[in-house]
Amino acid sequence: MTDISGGPAALPVSKSRRGSLLTQDALTRRRNAAEARFKAYGAVAITLSMLALVWLLFSIISVGSPAFRQTFLTMPIELPEDKLDKSGTRDPAVMAKVTTVGYAAVIQAALTKAIKEKGISTDGMTPKDIAGIVSLEAPAQLRNHVLANPDLVGQTIDFEILANGRVDGFFKGRVTMETARLDSNIKPEQLVLAERLVDAGIMAQRFNWGFITFPDASDQRPEAAGLGVAIIGSFYMMIVVLVLSLPIGVAASVYLEEFAPKNRLTDLIEVNIANLAAVPSIVFGILGLAVFINFAGLPQSAPIVGGLVLTLMTLPRIIIPARAALKSVPPSIRDAALGVGASRLQSVFHHVLPLAAPGILTGMIIGLAQALGETAPLLLIGMVAFVRDYPGMPIDGFFDPASALPVQVFSWTVRGDPGFVERASGAIIVLLVFLLVMNAVAIILRRRFERRW
Amino acid sequence: MSAGLLSLTVLALAIAGYILGRRRAVSVAGGDARKLHSLPSYHGQSVFLFTAVPAFILMIFWLLAQPVYIENRVTALIPNIEADDAAARELAMADVRRVASGLDLAIAQGALRQADLDTLQAGATDLRGKLAGVGVALGADVSQYTFEAAREYRALKGSLGIGMAVAVLAAAAVGFAFAWSRISVAFRARNVSESFVIAMLIGASLVAVLTTFGIVFSLVFETWHFFELYPARDFFLSTTWSPKFGGGSSLGILPLLWGTLYVSVIALLVAVPIGLLSAIYLSEYASRRFRTFVKPLIEILAGIPTIVYGLFALITVGPLLRDWFAQPMGLGNSSSSVMTAGIVMGIMVIPFVSSLSDDIINAVPQSMRDGSLGLGATPSETIRKVVLPAALPGVVGAILLAASRAIGETMIVVMGAGAAARLSMNPFEAMTTVTVKIVSQLTGDTEFGSPETLVAFALGLTLFIITLGLNVVALAIVRKYREQYE
Repeated sequence: MTDISGGPAALPVSKSRRGSLLTQDALTRRRNAAEARFKAYGAVAITLSMLALVWLLFSIISVGSPAFRQTFLTMPIELPEDKLDKSGTRDPAVMAKVTTVGYAAVIQAALTKAIKEKGISTDGMTPKDIAGIVSLEAPAQLRNHVLANPDLVGQTIDFEILANGRVDGFFKGRVTMETARLDSNIKPEQLVLAERLVDAGIMAQRFNWGFITFPDASDQRPEAAGLGVAIIGSFYMMIVVLVLSLPIGVAASVYLEEFAPKNRLTDLIEVNIANLAAVPSIVFGILGLAVFINFAGLPQSAPIVGGLVLTLMTLPRIIIPARAALKSVPPSIRDAALGVGASRLQSVFHHVLPLAAPGILTGMIIGLAQALGETAPLLLIGMVAFVRDYPGMPIDGFFDPASALPVQVFSWTVRGDPGFVERASGAIIVLLVFLLVMNAVAIILRRRFERRW
Repeated sequence: MSAGLLSLTVLALAIAGYILGRRRAVSVAGGDARKLHSLPSYHGQSVFLFTAVPAFILMIFWLLAQPVYIENRVTALIPNIEADDAAARELAMADVRRVASGLDLAIAQGALRQADLDTLQAGATDLRGKLAGVGVALGADVSQYTFEAAREYRALKGSLGIGMAVAVLAAAAVGFAFAWSRISVAFRARNVSESFVIAMLIGASLVAVLTTFGIVFSLVFETWHFFELYPARDFFLSTTWSPKFGGGSSLGILPLLWGTLYVSVIALLVAVPIGLLSAIYLSEYASRRFRTFVKPLIEILAGIPTIVYGLFALITVGPLLRDWFAQPMGLGNSSSSVMTAGIVMGIMVIPFVSSLSDDIINAVPQSMRDGSLGLGATPSETIRKVVLPAALPGVVGAILLAASRAIGETMIVVMGAGAAARLSMNPFEAMTTVTVKIVSQLTGDTEFGSPETLVAFALGLTLFIITLGLNVVALAIVRKYREQYE
């Protein structure tokens, strides 16, 4: 300890570092600032991606949520026998001779009467203008209702009638008096009348079940367009995907994980699965068009073709998590089964597979959710067609033309009427709700049944 | 007998086979199942498999081969068709099919009788009017040979349908009898049925190989057709894309490739900094709780269907960019532009970059970080000078994977980028991409045989090769990198 007796003067004092440890020098300050900046970049990047997510969801939900509410007129409608059923037989086949034009006249008469009763002034509007606030689809709906219940003829019924899309848009803020002046489809006077009808209690907004159940409607009638056919079509496709890809996917992953010897064939299969998972989805659409429609002669726009294409696309995305689930079952389970005399197949099917089932199912549901949202391949196999008839019951219904949820969104966005933008966003909300439910089920399954070894 | 009913019959037969096989095994052993080599249920199982599987395989092949055979036989009846003129063949077949389905309908509704059909002359009776009466509209009058071809088509279809039912049921019966006759006390039913099951498992895993084969075969085959009709030189080197249905179109891929690359580059410019920095923050700075909360949120972006992004581009981002940037700067008036599609696609690709980079950064050994920190480097210096260089190959792999995603993406560009093919530097102008043109050339009424339709297959093949190449390279890099530190 003698060497420090020389005191502080003996220690070499660094020339470059004067000052105290408590005050930072310029270099340290710079380095610390760089550190803070770098950390901030990361925080900003995360904030940006969160903001993008929020912005995306907000814009879709704010545009789409009005699609779930719809403006209706509720009023008593007289169904005169001399106009709707001249024969008096109440036979729907005979009554079908009266076209929608006849029903439009009935609705117009009822509307004029209701306006008169409530004492609403129509200052100089033509009868055609007054009738124009009703949807073009309304006569067809009334006609279907009457043909389904022929006994209603001759009575006065309370019937809900769809308002025109522009009138509906007016109450949702999409149409204003200014835009109406420039629009050939609606006049400001009609909007004024609509406001008075609301005050009189004839016109009101309510939840729109039709959006979920109605089929698609033509270009002029966004108010009547619904997702019925698209939901059924998507549902049928998901059944096809589930029925085909669950057994094939499980079988393939069991083979690759439990039985496959290390050889060329196995390598070929593994490379194929890895690459198929990354092939752009549109290429599967081309495959479907060339093989299923042109070669095998299956019908266009049919859920069966969509289901087959989506199956091929989803398979690798199911096999990968299924293999991971099988791999996570510890080898001691297999050894124990083999030890008491089970064959390899028995050990896999009786023990390993049931233990891996929650993981496989989770992967399956997530794969299905991806398939449900897929659009591009379906465009190529003709699912964009305008379909108004509901497909039949399975299995024949799988071959009937149908639409699919995401494709319906796409075909609405290319239509002219701005009412369809609202519909398209509303359809996205429905699609997202389905996806949310499926993913939630997957997460719950995983939480409840997945075993940690 | 329809295919559905036939499959149900075969299935019923197979289930009966299971029960009977099981029972026979027990009775062979004199009621004492212990004498058997295998459990009785394995005897049943082997009968089930031998009955059902060969019959179903035969049915699938029959259903695939039947249309081809019918088409060959029927087109032979139609004169004026060159054997190698695929377009004319296709057109004639479409006519024949329409007439045939019309005849089916007419007979089903009672407008025609089967017996009349054989003596009917297309010219003599108003066939078109008759078919229109049952709801089948025909573009032109039915010529005699089309009518005869349609008659032959129906006849062949009918007889082949019966043939299929007979053949499939025969296969099922033979399989049943074969497996049934093999049941004995010493028969190793378990080994037989297990090797059968393993063969089926191999078959299931070959579906992936078949799919790849199908993709490559159909793309190459139709692209070959395309290059027979349209010179390959023009396709690869021409700078104009103007398809005209009716001939004389120029189909150069260069403007489409340019649009694709431009959109993808913008997407990567958005996604790579955000994704990489997020990954760094999450793996190096964030607390455990923050990480478990934020990471799934970022991954939601990858789970949202692309149609949602497409709509987002169409109704929100496009108009916003047009009103706030393009118009004030005088760069254009279009709401669909390369910029719109690029930014939205960038948002979509963020999670692909961030999750993979996150994995890769986490794989860098902790000892390297500790060494750097121990020498007095700040965390950011450690990341920039030690962790990132070590992770670089993997990060490049992640970026390549994201690029292949962006190049193959369809809905965002269909709804956000526009449809006009042009070579321009202005990012606020509408341009188009390879995928957009595949959709537009193949949507709607497609008639195979015109270069305007077939070009979509050439585009698809180009896309497939580019994305596959990127993927193979990226996966190789990522794998090699992972091995380096394991």
